[in-house]
Amino acid sequence: MSSVPRFWRNLGSRYNLEGTRCNECGENFYPPRNVCVNCRRVGQIEPYKFKGTGEIISYTLIHTAAEGFEGQAPYTLAIIQLDEGPRLTSQVVGSPEKIHIGMRVRSVFRKLGEDGERGMIYYGTKFVPENA
Amino acid sequence: MRDVAIIGVKNTKFGELWERSLRDIVVEAGIGAIQDADVSGKEIDTLYIGNMSGGRFIEQEHIGALIADYSGLSKNLHVPATRVEAACASGGLALRQAIMAVASGYSDIVVAAGAEKMTDVGSEEASSALAAAADREWEGMAGATFPGLYAMIARLHMHRYGTTSEQLAEVAVKNHKNGHLNPIAQYKNLITVDQVLNSIMVADPLHIFDCSPITDGASALVLAPADVAHKYTDTPIYIRATAQASDTIALHDRRDITTLDATVVAAERAYSMAKLRPEDIDLVEVHDCFTIAEICAIEDLGFAEKGKGGIVTANGETAIGGRIPVNTSGGLKACGHPVGATGIKQAVEIVTQLRGEAGKRQVEGAEYGMTHNVGGSGATAVVHIFSRER
Amino acid sequence: MTIGIVSYGAYVPRYRIKIEEIARLWGDNAEALKNGLMVYEKSVPDIDEDAATIAVEAARYAMARSGVDPDRIGAVYTGSESHPYAVKPTSTIIAQAIGATPNMTAADFEFACKAGTAAVQACMGLVGSGMIDLGMAIGADVSQGAPSDALEYTAAAGGVACIIGKKESELAAIIEDTYSFTTDTPDFWRREGMPYPEHGGRFTGEPGYFKHVTNGAKGLLEKLGTKPEDYDYAVFHQPNGKFPSKVAKTLGFTKAQITPGLVVPKIGNTYSGSCLMGIAATLDQAKPGDRIFATAFGSGAGSDAFSITVTDRIEEIRNRAPKVSELIKDPIYIDYARYARHKGKIRLA
Repeated sequence: MSSVPRFWRNLGSRYNLEGTRCNECGENFYPPRNVCVNCRRVGQIEPYKFKGTGEIISYTLIHTAAEGFEGQAPYTLAIIQLDEGPRLTSQVVGSPEKIHIGMRVRSVFRKLGEDGERGMIYYGTKFVPENA
Repeated sequence: MRDVAIIGVKNTKFGELWERSLRDIVVEAGIGAIQDADVSGKEIDTLYIGNMSGGRFIEQEHIGALIADYSGLSKNLHVPATRVEAACASGGLALRQAIMAVASGYSDIVVAAGAEKMTDVGSEEASSALAAAADREWEGMAGATFPGLYAMIARLHMHRYGTTSEQLAEVAVKNHKNGHLNPIAQYKNLITVDQVLNSIMVADPLHIFDCSPITDGASALVLAPADVAHKYTDTPIYIRATAQASDTIALHDRRDITTLDATVVAAERAYSMAKLRPEDIDLVEVHDCFTIAEICAIEDLGFAEKGKGGIVTANGETAIGGRIPVNTSGGLKACGHPVGATGIKQAVEIVTQLRGEAGKRQVEGAEYGMTHNVGGSGATAVVHIFSRER
Repeated sequence: MTIGIVSYGAYVPRYRIKIEEIARLWGDNAEALKNGLMVYEKSVPDIDEDAATIAVEAARYAMARSGVDPDRIGAVYTGSESHPYAVKPTSTIIAQAIGATPNMTAADFEFACKAGTAAVQACMGLVGSGMIDLGMAIGADVSQGAPSDALEYTAAAGGVACIIGKKESELAAIIEDTYSFTTDTPDFWRREGMPYPEHGGRFTGEPGYFKHVTNGAKGLLEKLGTKPEDYDYAVFHQPNGKFPSKVAKTLGFTKAQITPGLVVPKIGNTYSGSCLMGIAATLDQAKPGDRIFATAFGSGAGSDAFSITVTDRIEEIRNRAPKVSELIKDPIYIDYARYARHKGKIRLA
């Protein structure tokens, strides 16, 4: 990651699932978009906060980790559809051995990564099985 | 607009080319294609080069100028050179820029090249550079890798259509079989389904043998107006369609995770432009960065019903001699995947096949060939159709 | 003026390691340890959990339980001895994550295991003086015990957040008074940059824990003119099961009074979360009108005693967030290798 400002400017979205919504067509966006994909120029974009519940669309158990994620491997990555509509990519944590497509999940606050021992620690949202 | 022909082609050897630099391999491919076309440097109007990440792989940007220089096209001739980037679709887009330059009449003789030198960095850094083709902030920062993204495509494809790991493995087995017949291929060894299934898991359900390798390589094409192509070669191959489409950068934002809409739309545009249908195509080079990607590609390009890509592959319909031979070069899987070169290499393979020069892997009587090149997990797709007759 | 607890939230990671598993590695007698410590297993953070993430989860539960507007939180103070950064506040992370920023103040506290209750007292002061409307005090730790050290059997992970306010209709429990007893007693410490704390062995007992807890508790009882039998429940800092049981007996509290809040046997010592975890577990089951006596201890050394009376409001808010018993009911047991990995004892190159 290694860019503090780049991470920091999205803290609201990463910590609290703050996205946007187009009041013209009613579609919700996470991560936030400033231009509505449906209405474009005539879209009415305003901030929108997501509840943090949803379900798993697809998932994988990553054995060969992304750079900076070696200490977490193997880890579960999933595409999650939030109840308010948009989809996002996130880790599912908490030993989700019973993970399956359609499983209900809820958001939790976790470390996403860190820039080595000396650098910044990045916090944000991950998901756990809803009943966990 | 003018019709466009390809009059010269050349691939370098694909693989881990430890002794050779980016400039070495591009010059070999470029000079080779120029010799194949029998054009002189003075005739070249412009140069397009597909290169995904010189900055990350060799800490070199300004690739266009570098290549023009070391190809001998700068100091005296001052030939314009443009680097084109669309992640793994950089090569396909470079070809498309070259076609448009010739078709528009702006340029006559144009070189379209593609190259990537990936082994100067370690495999972790290479993977990290490749991951930049996804959404860095909203996929990468969650820990996504490219195998991970395609694994999620595979998982849903399996869940929805009953596609199996064995069927995925059949893609790799077939592509190694083709690579076995291709002198430039990185992997010429034959493999079995069991070997694929027993190879280490990278991102469940994708094994290491479901993944294309990290490769050094360069490819080049020389393009000319179709009207003058016969001045240079007895076997010009004609461009019948060039089409490109975009989709969301992040996989999670797609309409359907198991369909690359960019591929579907680019293919529709290409078929329409060429006035052809899938059943008219004799062979296709598709973007099999992972085995699941080939299964989705043959579905999305219209060669198999949605969800039937695995069955079609396991039935042998995509093998040489089958209904629609796919990836006769060995594909990205066995021939190798030097990302910026791949889209050009695909065209070199189709031209070689349509010329009837593919040797043991020749598809007999091929009249129409297609290439399909994808950037990222499907945010860019570019499709070209080629023909033997004008 | 009435000051009290508007809401509270607890969080305990799901992973546990059993005393037997740690003892297996070091060749110790597990039965003797369990009998001696009255601790049977301890909580372990996930690979991606630290004091900040635990504090955020607890803080969010406290917010959910209260239903208050986050803009009303005028201060977030987090007590921990495992703040993720040596310099850079944990409390700003929590404040941002509960939506309380930016018109507020925040700072981190450290006083070994009583940093959380020190934060409670600071919030009481700010709320009582009218400087802020509501304050959030948190105690959270992913405490460290050096491999094979006695602390390794108990050093656990967990946290509790309390929202402190003074609007009577909002109070789930009234804090009648608080009293502290402090001396400079080096029974336990961790130097800057060192990964594991050092401790004085048995010196942590009498001159540390017992002297300070006893004097703090007695001080408050005298100040209020109350007696142990005036309380329905009692909570004492629980570094293990034995110390709070022993100090309760010395002070005249019964086993029945301390049992509801004694969570250490199942989760270990959550350090800055420890006494607050006992208070949270007690609030989870106390009835309106019940009185709770609590004394936290922090090495170094000091104690903070509190006298608390539960109000009718507790029944309204209790079930809006998980109870401590719910948080700890479904553990995932791990072996020492995985524990070592979760705790960062295995270093990747």
